[in-house]
Amino acid sequence: MDALKQELKEKIIAVLNLEDVNASDISDADALFGDGLGLDSIDALELIVLLDKDYGIKLTDPKEGKNIFQSINTMADYVTANRTK
Amino acid sequence: MKTYINGIGCVSAQKTDGDFASGFHVNQATNVLPIEKPEYKDYFSPIAARRMSKAVKNGIVASTMAMKEANLEMPGAIITGTGMGCIEDSDKFLKAIIDNNEEFLTPTSFIQSTHNTVAAQIALGLECKAYNFTYVNAAVSFESALIDGKLQLDEGEADAVLIGGIDEMTDYTASLFKLAGFIKKDEEGSFPILESQTPGTVFGEGATFFVLESKKSATTYAEVVDIEINNEIEADILQLKVFDFLSANGLGVDDIDLLVVGINGDAQFEEHYRELTQKQFVHTPQAYYKHLSGEYNTASAFGLYLAANVVKTQNVPPIVQVNGQTKPEYKNVLLYNHYRGIDHSFTLISKA
Repeated sequence: MDALKQELKEKIIAVLNLEDVNASDISDADALFGDGLGLDSIDALELIVLLDKDYGIKLTDPKEGKNIFQSINTMADYVTANRTK
Repeated sequence: MKTYINGIGCVSAQKTDGDFASGFHVNQATNVLPIEKPEYKDYFSPIAARRMSKAVKNGIVASTMAMKEANLEMPGAIITGTGMGCIEDSDKFLKAIIDNNEEFLTPTSFIQSTHNTVAAQIALGLECKAYNFTYVNAAVSFESALIDGKLQLDEGEADAVLIGGIDEMTDYTASLFKLAGFIKKDEEGSFPILESQTPGTVFGEGATFFVLESKKSATTYAEVVDIEINNEIEADILQLKVFDFLSANGLGVDDIDLLVVGINGDAQFEEHYRELTQKQFVHTPQAYYKHLSGEYNTASAFGLYLAANVVKTQNVPPIVQVNGQTKPEYKNVLLYNHYRGIDHSFTLISKA
C-alpha cells in the first residue's frame, strides 16, 4: 500500500505539472483539494483520466470523485479495491 | 489621435531588465537561442504556473512589466499576435491523441493549446473584460496587433491598450524546422547572421509587450506613426513601396535616421533586405536584431523594443549596428521585416 501511495503522489505531480512540489511534501492524509494542495475541478478531470488510463477504473458518477480524491489515503484505498490493471 | 509607446516588457534571449543593451550578448554557438528565464515566481504562484506553458508565462511576465512601467492598472484592450500560439501544449495534446489511441485525453493541454490563451490568461489575471483579440498571421501577427491597437486609440475606443507578440519554441518544433531547412544545419557549428552564406536561420522565442496610450507621459519611448503590412512584395518594387509608405507620412528616405531590418541570416531570402540596405538606405544608419532574439513569427516585436529604446536613449548600441553609419539625432526610425520572402511589414516610429 505504501508503494501505491508513493506511486500516486508521483503520478499526481507529473500529470498536474506541480513543478515545485515533491512527493515528500504530500502527506497521505492531506486534503488534495481546497486548503491542501489547492487543486480544482480541472485537476479532478485530470485525476479521473489518470485512474482510467493507469488503473483501468472508470468513474461513471462524478460525485464519487469527491470522496475518492479527498486524500492520498482515500485514493489508494479506492485504487486497491477497484483496479483492473 | 496619436499613439505613444509608454511601457515595454520583454522576455527574450537577452537580458532586458537592466539599462538598455547592457545585457545584450551574441550567442553564435547554437541555432536555437534559449530565453533568459525571468524569476517566474515573482509574477505568479507555482500552483498557478502548473497550467501555464512557456508562452503564457513569458506573456504574463512581459505584459506585467510593460504595465508596471506605464503605471497602467487596467488596459482598455488586450491585443496579441502569435504565429504558432501555444505550440508546446498543442504538441502535448496531439501526442496524447496518438499515444493513447484517441482515448484518455486530458483537458489542460487542450485548453492551453489555443492561440488566444496568452491574451485570455492576461485578461483573467487582471479581471479585464475589455476588448480581447489575438492575431495569427504568421510573420505579421505582431504588426496586425499593433495596427489594431493603434486603431483602438485612433477611434477613441480606448485610452490605453496592451499589445504584444508571443511565440514559443519546443524541441519537437525545432526538429521539424530543421528537417524543413528553416533552421541552419547543426553541422555548421557556428551560426553568424550578418555574414551568413547558408540557408536557414537561427530560431528563438520570446514575448514582448507594449502599453500604447493616446497621451505622452514621463515614460514615453516614441510615437508609433504608421504601420503597413503586405503579404507579398516583389523585390524589384520594394523600394517603391517604401517610398509610398514614407511619402504617405510626409517623409522621404533622407528623413529616416535609422533603418531596423529583420535580417535573419537565411542566404536564400536576403534579396529584399539588400534592396534597402545596399541601395536607397546605404548611407542611412542601419541596425539588426535577430542575432540577439533569434527568428520567430513575432520577433519583430523585439525589433520594435530595440527601435523604441534607440529613440528614447538616442543610442544605437554597436552590437546591433550593420553599416557603422551614425546620425546626430535618431528621430525617425523605419522597421522593415519579412520572413522567407512573404509577410512584409513597415513600421514607422518617431521621437515623441
